Amino acid sequence: MKALDRKMLRDLAAMKGQAVAIGAVVACGIAVFVMANTTLRSLEAARGNYYTNNRFADLFVSLVRAPETVADRVAEIPGVLAVDHRVVEALTLDLDRMPEPVSGLMLSLPDTPDSGLNMVHLRQGRLPDKYHDGEVLVSEPFAEAHRLVPGDTLNTTIRGRREKLTVVGVALSPEYVIQLQPGGIFPDNSRFGVFWMSRRQLEAAADMEGAFNNLTARISPNASEDDIIDSIDRLLESYGGTGAYGREDQYSARFVDDEIKGLRTMGVIPPSIFLGVAAFLLNISLRRILTLQREQIAVLKAFGYTNQEVAVHYGKLISSIVIGGAIAGSLLGTWLAVGMTDMYLEFYRFPVQIFSPAASVYIAALILSMISGTVGMLGGISATVRLKPAEAMRPAPPTNYKQTIVERLGLQRFFSQAERMVIRELERRPIKAALTTVGIAFVCAILVVGRFGKDSIDYLIDFQFNTAERDDVRVQLVEAAPYRALHEFSSIPGVLTAEPFRGIPAILTHGPRSKRIGITGIASDNELFRLLDVDGNEVPLEGEGLVLSSVLAETLALNAGDEIEVQILEGERPHRTIQVSGFVDDFAGTAAYMSLPALNQFLREGRSISGAYLLIDPVRQNSVFRALKERPAVAALSLKKATIDSFMETIAENIMRMRMINIIFASVIAIGVVYSSARISFSERGRDLATLRVIGLTKGEVSGILLGELAVLTIIAIPLGHFIGYMLCLFLSKALETEMYRMPMIIRPETYGVAAVVVLLASLASALIVRRKIDHLDLVTALKVRE
Amino acid sequence: MIPPESNAEASSNDSTPPSEIVFELKGVTKVYNLGTVPVHALRGIDLQLYSGDFVVLLGHSGSGKSTLLNIMGGLDSPSDGKVLYRNQEITKFSERELTFYRREHVGFVFQFYNLIPSLTARENVALVTEVAEDPLRPEEALELVGLSHRIDHFPSQLSGGEQQRVAIARAIAKQPHVLLCDEPTGALDVQTGIDVLEAISSINRDLGTTTAVITHNAVIADMAHRVISLADGQISDVKINDSRIPPAELKW
Ligand SMILES: Nc1ncnc2c1ncn2[C@@H]1O[C@H](COP(=O)(O)OP(=O)(O)OP(=O)(O)O)[C@@H](O)[C@H]1O
Ligand SMILES: [Mg+2]
Repeated sequence: MKALDRKMLRDLAAMKGQAVAIGAVVACGIAVFVMANTTLRSLEAARGNYYTNNRFADLFVSLVRAPETVADRVAEIPGVLAVDHRVVEALTLDLDRMPEPVSGLMLSLPDTPDSGLNMVHLRQGRLPDKYHDGEVLVSEPFAEAHRLVPGDTLNTTIRGRREKLTVVGVALSPEYVIQLQPGGIFPDNSRFGVFWMSRRQLEAAADMEGAFNNLTARISPNASEDDIIDSIDRLLESYGGTGAYGREDQYSARFVDDEIKGLRTMGVIPPSIFLGVAAFLLNISLRRILTLQREQIAVLKAFGYTNQEVAVHYGKLISSIVIGGAIAGSLLGTWLAVGMTDMYLEFYRFPVQIFSPAASVYIAALILSMISGTVGMLGGISATVRLKPAEAMRPAPPTNYKQTIVERLGLQRFFSQAERMVIRELERRPIKAALTTVGIAFVCAILVVGRFGKDSIDYLIDFQFNTAERDDVRVQLVEAAPYRALHEFSSIPGVLTAEPFRGIPAILTHGPRSKRIGITGIASDNELFRLLDVDGNEVPLEGEGLVLSSVLAETLALNAGDEIEVQILEGERPHRTIQVSGFVDDFAGTAAYMSLPALNQFLREGRSISGAYLLIDPVRQNSVFRALKERPAVAALSLKKATIDSFMETIAENIMRMRMINIIFASVIAIGVVYSSARISFSERGRDLATLRVIGLTKGEVSGILLGELAVLTIIAIPLGHFIGYMLCLFLSKALETEMYRMPMIIRPETYGVAAVVVLLASLASALIVRRKIDHLDLVTALKVRE
Repeated sequence: MIPPESNAEASSNDSTPPSEIVFELKGVTKVYNLGTVPVHALRGIDLQLYSGDFVVLLGHSGSGKSTLLNIMGGLDSPSDGKVLYRNQEITKFSERELTFYRREHVGFVFQFYNLIPSLTARENVALVTEVAEDPLRPEEALELVGLSHRIDHFPSQLSGGEQQRVAIARAIAKQPHVLLCDEPTGALDVQTGIDVLEAISSINRDLGTTTAVITHNAVIADMAHRVISLADGQISDVKINDSRIPPAELKW
């Protein structure tokens, strides 16, 4: 081995603590990068495979009723590759173990299996026989929630008629990777299920012989989706079509898509932060080494080593740290990705589970780490090139200490000699002090970001579902009913308050932009369902004005007071221009609200409702549920609290895992930054400290001088870190915003507290390690060798 | 000085310097502009060094000896004047040319040893031999300075004199055409000093290496062909030794 390489290895060994610390930061960044990107690829591969194999449709539309020949006309629209028409009916189930009625959706199966779109994937049992009454497939998530197996029977109500159905199989569908009850907020597998019946049987049950009420289509990738949607809508208008929509408005596809987007963000932002911190640490460490090795560099140059050879020498030092970190990070990331992919694929139940690690991800990881290494070398390497051997050879002149501000202000008498040394050192090297502070602040910031997700979700749930929406149960009727239906609900014993709502699908158009959405009409004196802005103030429903989710302001480029066109998609399909009177700052989903009378009038109907918000006496909850079960007009119930709990449970594992990773990684960085800084100060001042020890200062006093500096910087860094953390959260909440969920910009005080404590602990741990070094300082060696 | 009665080597008392000019300095000036007062380290040095020449530079502290040596070795450039090495004007060299000039021709011994602390004695020497054309083996070089038994020690495990000898081994190992030594014996006891000077003078003798040695010790001057005294950045005196005394017989 070349002597120069040997020197590199020994230098590396001498800074091993620091090298490991920095390498670990690189490893964290690379691990998150590899984990997120590999999981992303696996998820995309499994999804792509599922969607293709099971012929997931591109367009979806429901209508009131159309003869089958209409479907052929849809198929003739240019760009449409395949059309599948079917019957879809809402149903309710009366399950023995659930006091409340449970809702579901019944879909027809094509007569020939393996034909049509959105093909089911059979997991257990067999397909229903069209000549046998009441045979159904049940979706796997629902089957699991209720431990249903082939042979079990179900009591259901379809179109107001009671039907006893027999489960013959358990299935999955690309259309219902995530099953969400219409009008629901979060998926809840025990309170909503998807079922399939033979077309013949369902036509009979739903009075749809020879007709269909739902259509899906695949379109050519080159065709314009918007144009086809327009054609379909025009064609189906007279059959009660409620507007075709694409995958981006299909709940399940959208949900998976948002998750993939989230992973994509996660594969970019946290690794950038980690690698940025690593580059920063490398940079200060390398500069430090180069200063310490000034004379060594001069010797190398004096003996004819070229600038390039010297630069490569230090480049190798940095590269070995970075590449070491990248390899460790890749291994760790792969391991985490296996776990994450498993978790996701299990959660989404993709039938084909593909773990797809890719060389490109690892190559990208390596390139990224090299970039951070290169940034780490910026400045440092050019300084070695500039270094003149003759000058470097002369012993550096004694450092030029000046009176500090403290002294100029005459405050020195308040400080001990040791404290004065600390202050002077800080004032003399303000850039170094500032860099260290920023480094520690970033750690604090990462910790704040790590806890932000949970703070935000907790706030979201509290704000949205306790403050804004205060109902316990939301009842959805099979079809719009006269206003007196509300009194039927309020007269059920145990129902404390019942307030009405009217829901109707519509398309909002503003200039070139449009959005398919449900308009909800609510009473203006509503107490259970309130429209709030970000400060918790009520947004009034004025006259005929529309109040929209504030995300829609962006989507549709709207300001309050603008007029938009509203096309209702049901009934008489009225159409008119309405003024936007305000915005609500809701965090989940998108919505449009109108006052109930104004909506009724717009729909040219009498006072009617689609359902009600109920506040119920918890003691009599079960009897209320029983009463609701007996009403065939009830299409669905959503229980807010139960839904939220079950959703949080499904994502809890994910959140916990992410948090663990984040906390571990942030602690690694914390120790990396603080330890590097302390270690650098130690090596810079080893000689001075040894001299002080020789003069007779105690170990404690000497440590105080070195660690006092660190303590001051840490204390300045914490509030700065809180600020940086806040800014990062703000950025992240924007980056992760989807139309389905927005992250409220809420950071709890505990989060700031925890971040501060972790930083302090990391500082303390690093200080102890350095303190040990001071204790073991070999005075003779320290004084003899000019490093 | 009394010439010795007998000499082991005939060439060591050969007082006529060889004639081929290796270095030619013309009006070399060096001014450091620090703060308000410029420091004139060298004020117009004219000097010639010949192949196989052995010169000693004497002078008080601050007289410009190290500065002169650094300029000849291509570590530093003069503010004015020129330096020719074998008729090539090194003062016009690019940085890269200077690097290769040092790499291929010059061996340095520094006033402050300047060993790499993370490398052993052998490795410190190897550092130089690895980029040289026809070097001694590091072990041979260390043998020459009498350090065979310390070959795997790190600088921190060596005494000051031993460190200086490693530095000399490092300088001579590549068998340079020019050997520039800045107070090589400053930190050494008599015997070790003599050993070191022996090593330097045998390189000078056997390889015809043009050698310049800075010293404060006027006694050492007796082993040189020429003794050049510097004072306040100027050559104040040049003394040619009619006969040279081998290091072993120098009186300290
Ligand atoms: N880099 C520099 N910046 C400013 N002044 C310098 C520098 N290098 C040398 N000098 C000045 O130039 C003069 C000559 O210095 P030089 O090192 O050549 O002296 P020297 O003869 O080698 O002394 P010594 O015997 O103490 O080593 C001194 O006055 C010194 O202060
Ligand atoms: Mg000198």
